Amino acid sequence: MSFKEIFEKYSWQEVRESILAKNTRDVEDALHAPQRSLEDFKALISPSAARYLEPMAQLSRRLTQQRFGKTMHMYIPLYLSNECTNICTYCGFSMNNKVRRRTLTEREIMQEVEVIKQMGYEHVLLVTGEANQTVHVDYFKMVLELIRPHFTQISMEVQPLDQQEYETLIPLGLHSVLVYQETYHKDEYRRHHPKGKKAHFHYRLDTPDRLGRAGIHKMGLGVLIGLEDWRTDSFFTALHLNYLEKTYWQSRYALSFPRLRPFSGGIEPKVNMSDRELVQLICAYRIFNAEVELSLSTRESEKFRNHCIQLGVTSMSAGSKTNPGGYIVAPESLEQFEISDERSPQAMAQMIRGGGYEVVWKDWDEGLMI
Amino acid sequence: MLTIADKTFQSRLFTGTGKFSSAQVMEQALLASGSELVTVALRRVNVRDRSDDILSHLDHSQFHLLPNTSGVRNAKEAIFAAQLAREALETNWLKLEIHPDPKYLLPDPIETLLATEELAKLGFVILPYIHADPVLCKRLEDAGASAVMPLGSPIGSNKGLKTIDFLEIIIGQSKVPVIVDAGIGAPSDAAKAMEIGADAVLVNTAIAVAGDPVAMAGAFKMAVQAGRMAYEAKLGITGAASASSPLTTFLDEL
Repeated sequence: MSFKEIFEKYSWQEVRESILAKNTRDVEDALHAPQRSLEDFKALISPSAARYLEPMAQLSRRLTQQRFGKTMHMYIPLYLSNECTNICTYCGFSMNNKVRRRTLTEREIMQEVEVIKQMGYEHVLLVTGEANQTVHVDYFKMVLELIRPHFTQISMEVQPLDQQEYETLIPLGLHSVLVYQETYHKDEYRRHHPKGKKAHFHYRLDTPDRLGRAGIHKMGLGVLIGLEDWRTDSFFTALHLNYLEKTYWQSRYALSFPRLRPFSGGIEPKVNMSDRELVQLICAYRIFNAEVELSLSTRESEKFRNHCIQLGVTSMSAGSKTNPGGYIVAPESLEQFEISDERSPQAMAQMIRGGGYEVVWKDWDEGLMI
Repeated sequence: MLTIADKTFQSRLFTGTGKFSSAQVMEQALLASGSELVTVALRRVNVRDRSDDILSHLDHSQFHLLPNTSGVRNAKEAIFAAQLAREALETNWLKLEIHPDPKYLLPDPIETLLATEELAKLGFVILPYIHADPVLCKRLEDAGASAVMPLGSPIGSNKGLKTIDFLEIIIGQSKVPVIVDAGIGAPSDAAKAMEIGADAVLVNTAIAVAGDPVAMAGAFKMAVQAGRMAYEAKLGITGAASASSPLTTFLDEL
C-alpha cells in the first residue's frame, strides 16, 4: 500500500476539526504518554497546547539530547540552477518571473565548491528549479561525479524523479533527497502550482515512496508553512513520516519547517505562523518522534535560531546563498528567497559552541556507500 | 477485532495444544479460553487422520487450526513440513518454528527468514516464531510474513516478558500484527503484553501446566481482554517534569 492510498482515507476538514477539538487533558496525556500516537501529535499542535509551550520545550530538549547528544550538524545549499518550467506562486524561480536564468557549468560549480570548502563544509545540499530539458538526470550525474571527491555527504533538493533515476544517482554518491509536498491540501496545491510537471499533486506525493523503493539513505519531508493551515499540513507530514518509517525502515528521515519568505512579486502568506507557533511545532515533532532529524535554515532570524539549538533542532545551514553562483560566480543573480540570518558559518559555529554544543561538519563517509 | 491476512478474530488470545494431561482437558481449556486460533504441532498429530485424538477434540467451528513446524531444524525441512500440513489440514496458515537447538528450542533467525521468503512465494500465510529482534521483524515483514511472533522469554519457561524493551520497539514499528509468543507465565504477563500494544498473545504452557487448566484459561481470557481495554483506553500519566531554566521566554522579546 502506497502513501497515496492512506492519504485518500483522510478528509482535510475532519483532520482540522479534530486538531482544533483537542483539549488540555489531551495535551497532558500526550506529554506523559510512554509513546506518542498521531492523535497525541494532533494534541501537541493544537491551540490547547499553546499554554504548555515551556513543558513541551523542556521535554523536547531532553528527548533530543538523549538521542543526538549536544550536537548540531552543519550543511550548506549549493544552488546549481534557477531555470524552471513550473509556476509556483510563492517562488522566486517561478517560470513567469521574468529574470535572467542560469545553470552553472562544470567550471562554475567547482568555483563555488572551492568557496564552500573554505568555509569548512563537508555536507552540501544541491538545489535547482525544475527544468527537465536542461537540469535533468544526466546533469545531476555530471555534478555528483564532479563534486563527490570534495564532500563526504551530498544531499539534493530538486524536482521529483522516477525511481530508476534515483537508483542511478545513489551509487554516484547521492546520500539524501529532500522533497517537500509544499501543502497536502489538494485544491490549494493546484492553485499554487497551475503549470508545469509540479502541478501533478500525486506524482509529488508518491516521491518518497519512489525514494524508499530506490533505497535512499535519508529523505527529508515538510511543507511550506504559509500556504495553508499549518496544523493540518503538519499532521499530514507526521502521517507521511509515520508511514514511511514503517515501510522503508532502513532509511533515515529529516523534517524541515520553512516559513514562506518574501521574494520580488511573490504572494503574501495565507497563514502567518508566529514564532511561538513555530516553537510549538518543532517541539511537537520532537516529542512525537525522538529519532527524526529536524532542520532549520537561514530563513529564520538570528535570535530565533540561537534559541532553537536547545529546542530540538539537529541541523542548520549558515552563510547560505539561494541563487546559482551566489557564493562567487554571480553574487547578484536571482535569489529563490531572501535569507534572514546572514552570519558566516564560523560565527554560527562559535555561537553553537558557546551554547555548549558540538558543531558537526562531517557525519558520513564515502566508504559507507558502495 | 484483529485481522491477520484474510481472517478476523474477536479473541486476541491464541492457544497451543501441548502439555495437557489429556485431550479432554485440552478441549475444555481451549473452549474456556475463548481462543479462535489454536496451534497444533505437526509432529504431535496424525495429519492424515482427523480422528486423531488431538485433532478430533479441536473439531469445533470456532477453532481455526494453525499448524506449526516445531521440530524442524532448517528452512528446507520447514518448507517440506509446511506443504505436508497444507495438504493434510487444508489450511495455508502456518506458524513457522525452526529451532535447531533442542535444549532451549530457540528459533534460528537466518533459517526462519529464508523459509519465510520461500513460503511466501508458495502462497502461505506465515506467522514466524522468532527472537524479539526488531530488525529481524522488519526483514520478515518485507519477506511476506503476515504477522510476527516474538518471544517474551524462553519457550515453556513461564518467565514472562523478559524482552519487553524490544517488544515495545517491535510493536512501535511493525506494519503487521505482533503476537507475543513464548514465556508468558501468568495472566498478568499477558495483560502487560496487551497493555504495551501487542495485537495478541499465544499461551500454551501456562495454561496446560496450571493446577486447574480450565480455570486458568478463563483467567487468561479475561487478562487479555483487560490488557487490550487498558491499551485502547490509554494508560495514565507516569513520571513528573523536572524543573530547568526556561527555554521559551525569549519569545516574549521577539
